[in-house]
Amino acid sequence: MSDLPKGKLALYWAASCGGCEIAVLAINEKILDVAALFDIVFWPVAIDAKVHDVEKMPDKSIDVCLFNGGIRTSEQEYMAKLLRQKSKVLVAFGSCASEGCIPGLANATSRRKIFDTAYHNTPSTENPDRVEPQTQTAMAEGTLHLPLFYETLRTLDQTVPVDYYLPGCPPEAERIWDAITAIVESNLPPPGSVIGAETTVCDECKRTRNEKKIKKFYRTWQVIPDEDSCLLEQGLLCCGIATRAGCGSLCPQVNSPCIGCYGPNKGVQDFGARMMAALSSMIDSNDPEEIDQIIRDGIPDPVGSFYRFSLAAGHLRRAKVGSRG
Amino acid sequence: MSEPFKPKIVAFLCNWCSYTASDLAGTARIKYSPYARIIRVMCSGRVDPAFVLKAFGLGADGVLIAGCHPGDCHYIEQNYKTIRRHAMLRYFLERMGIEADRLRLVWASAAEGQYLAESIDRFVADVQKLGPLNWSENWRENGDRERALEEIVAEHAETMEVPV
Amino acid sequence: MIDHESLRIGVYVCHCGSNIAGALDVEELTRFAEGLPGVALSRHYKYMCSDPGQELVKRDIVEHRLNRIVVAACSPNLHEPTFRRAAEDAGLNRFLVQMCNIREQVAWVTEDKADALTKAEAHLAGAVRRVAGHEPLQRQFVRIVPRALVVGGGIAGIQAALTLADAGHKVVLVEREPSIGGHMAMFDKTFPTLDCAACILTPKMTSVKLHPNIKLLTYSTVESVEGSVGNYRVKIRRKPRYIDEDLCVGCMQCIDGCVFTQAKFSNAFDQGLGLRKPVYLPFPQAVPPVPVVDPEVCLQIARGKCKQSCVEACGERNAFKFDQQEEIEEYNVGAIIVATGFKAFDPSVIEYYGYGKYPNVYTSLEVERLLNAGGPTGGKLVLRDGSTPKRVGIVHCVGSRDANYHPYCSRVCCMYALKLAHLVREKTGAEVTNCYIDIRTPGKGFEEFYNRVQNEGVQFIRGKVADITPAAGNGDSPHLPERPSGCLAQMGTVPFSGGLVMQVDDTLLGSIRKVEVDMVILAVALEAQADAGDVRRTFGISCSTEGFFLEKHPKLAPVNTANDGVMVAGACQGAKDIPDTVAQADAAAAKAMVLIDSGQIELEPNTAWVDEEMCSGCKTCISLCPYQAITPDEERKIAVIDQALCKGCGTCVAACPSGAAKQHLFGDEQVNEELEGLMNYV
Repeated sequence: MSDLPKGKLALYWAASCGGCEIAVLAINEKILDVAALFDIVFWPVAIDAKVHDVEKMPDKSIDVCLFNGGIRTSEQEYMAKLLRQKSKVLVAFGSCASEGCIPGLANATSRRKIFDTAYHNTPSTENPDRVEPQTQTAMAEGTLHLPLFYETLRTLDQTVPVDYYLPGCPPEAERIWDAITAIVESNLPPPGSVIGAETTVCDECKRTRNEKKIKKFYRTWQVIPDEDSCLLEQGLLCCGIATRAGCGSLCPQVNSPCIGCYGPNKGVQDFGARMMAALSSMIDSNDPEEIDQIIRDGIPDPVGSFYRFSLAAGHLRRAKVGSRG
Repeated sequence: MSEPFKPKIVAFLCNWCSYTASDLAGTARIKYSPYARIIRVMCSGRVDPAFVLKAFGLGADGVLIAGCHPGDCHYIEQNYKTIRRHAMLRYFLERMGIEADRLRLVWASAAEGQYLAESIDRFVADVQKLGPLNWSENWRENGDRERALEEIVAEHAETMEVPV
Repeated sequence: MIDHESLRIGVYVCHCGSNIAGALDVEELTRFAEGLPGVALSRHYKYMCSDPGQELVKRDIVEHRLNRIVVAACSPNLHEPTFRRAAEDAGLNRFLVQMCNIREQVAWVTEDKADALTKAEAHLAGAVRRVAGHEPLQRQFVRIVPRALVVGGGIAGIQAALTLADAGHKVVLVEREPSIGGHMAMFDKTFPTLDCAACILTPKMTSVKLHPNIKLLTYSTVESVEGSVGNYRVKIRRKPRYIDEDLCVGCMQCIDGCVFTQAKFSNAFDQGLGLRKPVYLPFPQAVPPVPVVDPEVCLQIARGKCKQSCVEACGERNAFKFDQQEEIEEYNVGAIIVATGFKAFDPSVIEYYGYGKYPNVYTSLEVERLLNAGGPTGGKLVLRDGSTPKRVGIVHCVGSRDANYHPYCSRVCCMYALKLAHLVREKTGAEVTNCYIDIRTPGKGFEEFYNRVQNEGVQFIRGKVADITPAAGNGDSPHLPERPSGCLAQMGTVPFSGGLVMQVDDTLLGSIRKVEVDMVILAVALEAQADAGDVRRTFGISCSTEGFFLEKHPKLAPVNTANDGVMVAGACQGAKDIPDTVAQADAAAAKAMVLIDSGQIELEPNTAWVDEEMCSGCKTCISLCPYQAITPDEERKIAVIDQALCKGCGTCVAACPSGAAKQHLFGDEQVNEELEGLMNYV
């Protein structure tokens, strides 16, 4: 590996929690190998390169850019476009960049409601003048600019073309290392692919599975699940059936249903639709009223349950603007 | 005078009952609304919720699923799965702010050409009452987005001119 | 993945004469197609399904190196096979063809030409995008079981079974009554030739029994049908006769020997007009000639206490088996002919005709039994009091052509009413008055028969009978004292029977007429069997709105059904007379032979399959398949779909949470492409 000429690596953090940045460090001492293989030319959280430095780079001069976070503001959109222009390979790193993740779940509501919560309504907020961020603020010294906060969060590939995806919230350290190795060794799948397993969490789950027929759905606090049998068969909304493998079925291992952070399997566009399709098919009733009852009683929040990580990437992308706030 | 609203409706018809019913409606020259665009599936049980969501995402104002009557499915019982998925989808659509009535499930046997035609007419009329959905408009940011982006580009271009 | 670079799609817009071209601008549609992705050429032609139309496709495939074909014409149910074959002839895989339905779904149903064009464009863009996602497929075949099942032992079932058996095919014939023969066995004479029904039917019934290729199962019903065309597994429920069919020689001595010296139970075959014993043969020519024991009234079976004089009479033949139980027998068959016949309309629901209320109002079927020499009166037409009627009225269209009951014409009533009029006149010399709406005699020799009956002095009144009432001064109690359940009392046992008045609006005279008669015969409709709905479900076929079984195509596939291995014959498909029934039975037999003789059947191309890499063995799909085509492979942690069992509904594909379940021709790729085509261009 080390015989190869050094490549140029960039990392960026858009609308995300920052967990993906930590995940990069979770590869531990292997980060030194990364440093040996690449010149890290841009990584705001860790090195002191500026946006201007990137702007001045020739197009496609960055070999690999690991971009985490979705696109929620004009600045993030600008950076996504800039890094796309400057990078040979752009990787949507982690769930936010790939499919919107939790920031994307905010597409179930509206900018107005987000601002109400963030700047006014939380118990700890003290904002008597009802100040909210403005894109332009005139000062004596000149005009100050803040990025525009969009109504809808977009995934990276809804903004610019993406070469590869690395799923997970955050991606597991081993999977990150696998991806880096694949990039360095030029052992990559066709462009547009997700770098990861091509099966679902059930493949890694040790629980025994029998027949999937469900009369009642439960929420996690309502039952103490049996530790050996399939959680879904016990009525818990385990998303392992639809979620790409790669985590080692971490949640089911500790008796907690999979929440779907690794996103859908290969070729699947709409994660929530897969969950809805599978789950509704399992309902053990042919009576429309009873079916409705089972669904509405057991699944109080279908959007959050089925699209916790993927609302922004689904066919509908968001709830109707104004419908919930 | 403004054009009357011509909705775009996607109608999934199962091969054995409702698609045959639509053929029968044709053979009988029964006139009905032209706004339902028909897509043939072997069974209403093939209608993946993803197809329905995709149709709305592509701009459908309504989605119709038609299958064999319960108990009469060519594939014995697969239309019961359609009932379940339809219930789930309506619930989800409501939560997403899409009127659940934009999705309809009807049963039309191979003999019910007239009934299928009437069902399509009724659904079209109901969707016309709901008005256009225009889902993609929903995620289009307004002109502020372009302006904000232009500002950033302009601001950065300005500073770029400062010699290094 | 679609290789857009190499796509060369040929689009063909059919005028279908003026069927399509008259309803939308086919030239504009052709131009529209030119702009669609992957389209290499786009043409329109007067009749695409004609030989020159097909030749055009074939030539273009070769000359223009087309690798996908879209034909915008009629329903795929009509000509998909035609163009698949044409493509194959030109060396293109037959599954790279897509039909776009712009006739049944656009041209014929849309008023406005511009609207029609828009809808056609959407459908065409859908088809073009879809066909881009098609993959070449291999055709798959399975062997056909060389045996046919015929359900129903009336004239239709008998004829079909004999035709098949005479051609050397194995047949299982199932009849739910103790004897084959059906309705035809009840009739006295048949119109218009006046052949004796028994004389022409009995030899056929006997042939069925004796034919080495026919397995006859009477007193049996089809419990379930599994599998599909070419390979059905049929379970048949055999009701106990309490007499061993193999041991019984048909001597009937048990009937004479029964402890009941008198017949006292209603015989359903005689429409309740005759009586039988607990052990009985429904009619003298019954096949098989094996009596049956009615467990509800047989003392030995019902009460466990009888001196069993019947067993004694049977003697060393020892055929009685009082402990006989219901049994299920299983047969594998390749084709099925459903010939379950009709039910005669029950006129008691039409209150103003007084059937069941006035003793001398009869149904036509009851009169058939009275006229039949083998019937309860030995062929004598009598009133309830045993006397011979002098004036007989025949009411046409009872339950037919009536919006309150059946809107359809039952097709045979006019002719059988004329036949009854002739027979009544011949046997009793009575004055016969027919009240009809229209006389319908469209058959060979029918009109001539009508003329003959007119010349015989039968009266005709054109008008619908509105009311039937007791004649004035005809006593105080014209009502049946008490109608025994399920039957009318035996002939000659009702002490009183009064005259009746038919009130009819004579539309030719333009006045109301009251015709006094001694007997009224109601020419009742033919309707679907009461359990036609269950039968339909068992065999996976459809019913038309009137409840008769639905043929695949009213003109071009009149005996086929939506279920490829199931044919229909006779009155279960719609009211019809004996000649038509026999012709249809032979047609059904021929279709069954076409299937069986082909030796193999092509499997549905649109089967589901599992991408083994993507499947995690979550078992979501397993219980969704009604054909048990999906089984879990525990070792490899995947689901496996048996291609021979899969019927291609795609329900598992729609349910698969991992996207591992795929489907040929109706995969996500094809449907999603079609959706985008439908929505994105117009």
